[in-house]
Amino acid sequence: MVKAEAVHKRFGRNEVLKGITLEVAAGEVMCLLGPSGSGKSTFLRCINHLEKINAGRLSVDGELVGYRQLGDKLHELREADVARRRAQIGMVFQHFNLFPHMTAIENVTCAPLKVKGAPREKARARGAELLAKVGLPDKLEHYPAQLSGGQQQRVAIARALAMEPKLMLFDEPTSALDPELVDEVLQAMKELARDGMTMVVVTHEMGFAREVADAVAFIDDGVVVESGTPAAVLGEPREERTRAFLSKVL
Amino acid sequence: MASAEVTEHEARPEEIRAVPVRRPGRWIAAAIVLVIAVAVGRSVVTDPHFEWSVVGHYLFDTRILEGLVLTIELTAIAMAIGIVLGVVLAVMRLSPNPLLSGASWVYIWFFRSTPVLVQLFFWYYISALYPKLGLGIPFGPAFVHPNVNTLITAFRAAILGLGLNEGAYMAEIVRAGIISVDEGQTDAAQSLGMTRTQAMRHIVLPQAMRVIIPPTGNETISMLKTTSLASAISVAELVFAAEGIYSANFKTIPLLIVVSIWYAACTSVLYVGQYYLERYYARGRSREQAEALPGRVIRGLFSFPQRGEHFRPAGGERR
Repeated sequence: MVKAEAVHKRFGRNEVLKGITLEVAAGEVMCLLGPSGSGKSTFLRCINHLEKINAGRLSVDGELVGYRQLGDKLHELREADVARRRAQIGMVFQHFNLFPHMTAIENVTCAPLKVKGAPREKARARGAELLAKVGLPDKLEHYPAQLSGGQQQRVAIARALAMEPKLMLFDEPTSALDPELVDEVLQAMKELARDGMTMVVVTHEMGFAREVADAVAFIDDGVVVESGTPAAVLGEPREERTRAFLSKVL
Repeated sequence: MASAEVTEHEARPEEIRAVPVRRPGRWIAAAIVLVIAVAVGRSVVTDPHFEWSVVGHYLFDTRILEGLVLTIELTAIAMAIGIVLGVVLAVMRLSPNPLLSGASWVYIWFFRSTPVLVQLFFWYYISALYPKLGLGIPFGPAFVHPNVNTLITAFRAAILGLGLNEGAYMAEIVRAGIISVDEGQTDAAQSLGMTRTQAMRHIVLPQAMRVIIPPTGNETISMLKTTSLASAISVAELVFAAEGIYSANFKTIPLLIVVSIWYAACTSVLYVGQYYLERYYARGRSREQAEALPGRVIRGLFSFPQRGEHFRPAGGERR
């Protein structure tokens, strides 16, 4: 589903990604681990073209992200085409980024209505269904400010799912939450994984990675240091850097 | 509910009734204010120069009312132009295209660095600069040739001058509103498949409104009174109408009072409008809905703070 070959990204002179190569198969859950500043969030943002990559190749479902290849030349995609591809990729942010001027149900139905032009009744019914699925059937008319962090993040998950994405990206979805609220969000994510959703998750939740992930990649200093099954990477790390990191977080 | 051991009487100690600190400074200040208020009030009521009967006579004079209508029209149209132009200029200013943001910057600089009155004169005498206007292919043949002298009436010159000038100020206000919205909002909107324009329209601008509305209310109130400058290019608005009357009967002061009463009345109406607009765009921001205006005003008028107690925001708990 996601294929990255030697992906490079720099901000000004600062090279953040120095050749990320990895692959996520359809239906797979991939957890990206690593110290803060290692580039894992930036890589996630590259996958739906919120950041433009400088070198390498990055494709989702067989299509290059942000470009079209004609012969041996890359052509930048027009904004409408970029938007169309982004609509097929859901993203959940560390700080939720819910729209504060809209109620929970309006947050969830906003994109289907404005982007897909879905009929109002149908969008609302589907939105209510999704909010029920993440355990918030009674919060439809609540504004984000009236919800706890965990509830807000679950609304954010429902909002992303409303566009019927084929891939979901999670950028440290539980890092901004109080400890007792982490579980309700992880629970919603586990259910999603069980339904067969392809997921790329940047996280510090080792328990989640071990239990839910099909594959784990340890990223440090802009490269994939080590990747494999959770049992292999978390249980018997081969690289010294991985071991040093794990000894600090486990 | 109180438990078996602790009765309600035991659980809650007696209210503190301490002797308040004396504040002689406050009493002196209040006395001074009161004396000044009485003196001013007395002179307003008793001084024959105010000629209140004349004020009453001209308050609903047809010429004055027609001037008032024109003032309101000028304000509404100029603000409408200013707001639309302001949004366009602000979006241009934030555009990654250096030519667009540069053009917006120059526009804002130009209109903010010259007096409105001078701009009004410029538009009024524009036909001296461009006697003929051509509408057609740039640098090529023109299809229509309107006569500028008949096209730009005094009223249209006033609309242009006030509106274009307002656009520059509104642009800065709108820009402040847009950059006050967290970038994560645009990220989220784009990740859902919205284009930049859609994200701006549905997500960013509605949130920016919370920051934009209060200074815009201020601008509208200011515009209401700035329209009086149009009297200098003989637009028959409120001040011009009053001038016309008192230049004939020399009742200058009473007519200026008439004008002031109408400006103050219109401003008060704008205050109320701004309150409701702010409340609408604040939705979702506070956990509780704000109290409606009438309740707040009545509460504010009839509940004076206790000695030593500070003003609490209306709608808070009171006993």
